Amino acid sequence: MSNTIPTVTRLLFLLVLMVGLPGQLAAQGPQGAVMPLEFDSPDQRARYQQLSEVLRCPMCQNQNLSGSNAGIAGDLRRELHRLIMEGQSNQEILDFMQSRYGNFILYDPPLDRQTVLLWLAPALLLGVGLAFIWRIGRKRSGTAMELDDESRARARRLLEQTSARSGSE
Amino acid sequence: MQRLWLLAPLLIFLLLAVLFYGSLGKDPEYLPSALIGRPLPEFQLPTLEADDSHLGRAALIGDVALLNVWASWCYACRIEHPFLEKIANDYHVPLFGLNYKNDPDKARAWLARYGNPYRLSLIDRDGRLGIDLGVAGAPETFVFDADGVIHYRHIGIIDQSVWDDTLWPLINRLRGDRE
Repeated sequence: MSNTIPTVTRLLFLLVLMVGLPGQLAAQGPQGAVMPLEFDSPDQRARYQQLSEVLRCPMCQNQNLSGSNAGIAGDLRRELHRLIMEGQSNQEILDFMQSRYGNFILYDPPLDRQTVLLWLAPALLLGVGLAFIWRIGRKRSGTAMELDDESRARARRLLEQTSARSGSE
Repeated sequence: MQRLWLLAPLLIFLLLAVLFYGSLGKDPEYLPSALIGRPLPEFQLPTLEADDSHLGRAALIGDVALLNVWASWCYACRIEHPFLEKIANDYHVPLFGLNYKNDPDKARAWLARYGNPYRLSLIDRDGRLGIDLGVAGAPETFVFDADGVIHYRHIGIIDQSVWDDTLWPLINRLRGDRE
């Protein structure tokens, strides 16, 4: 199947994909930022940018507030702006969002009973994998060492037996 | 012990297979509401029926009831609408509307055209109450008890099967708790 597509075509296709990618990322970034918003200080603006990156749009699961065009994302950006202008701290704003939209709205969810598997799974899987590799490694190096005199003698006997049999044929 | 280790990949595979198979039918868009078990948020909003006077949450509380988020721009709301009429007329469950991010005149025209199953519809023009309720879009429906505590949120259209399987049993249970 793969032979029917010339390698050159495939390489060109890959190139197109690679060239297209940064353009897409660039197009997504500034959408939330082009809104003409008033802030009292650059610090407030920075916090707005930062929070709209770490808050997730409830309507569109794989976008944050700054990257989404959905109506609800716009409303929440407006709300975020209002809360910052009211002088609320980052934690107060995150609590405000979480109390209404749940952990879902946080791209960095807290460790609790519901998310414990999510948080521990990578470490757990890494542990299982490492244990497996360690196990196999030990077995490999172990077999070469454990050859004692008795098994050496047995191997010799077997070899002699087979060479005797092939000699008789 | 040695043989057990050989089985590890198979066991992991089986575990994942069970996990993934169990998740197959699930709706990835489904989000449990963060407001379950909490009272309806406070608000002061005009209604489509009388937009010069404002109502608070006390106006909705007193019975096991539904709060339905709708708008005239919401196509799914029109599909859901006949069943809402049925809820109000045949099942006699109090139904309140939250007219979400909608022009009140268009909303009134919509009700005049398709019928009005709501006891009243709050005008949430900029979606502020929607945000306090954790609303992401329309239609959504909240079930709250006689004390105004939210017990359930349904995202999307209510049809007969949603009603029979989930909402109606829940409403009856909440009514039973009261007696």
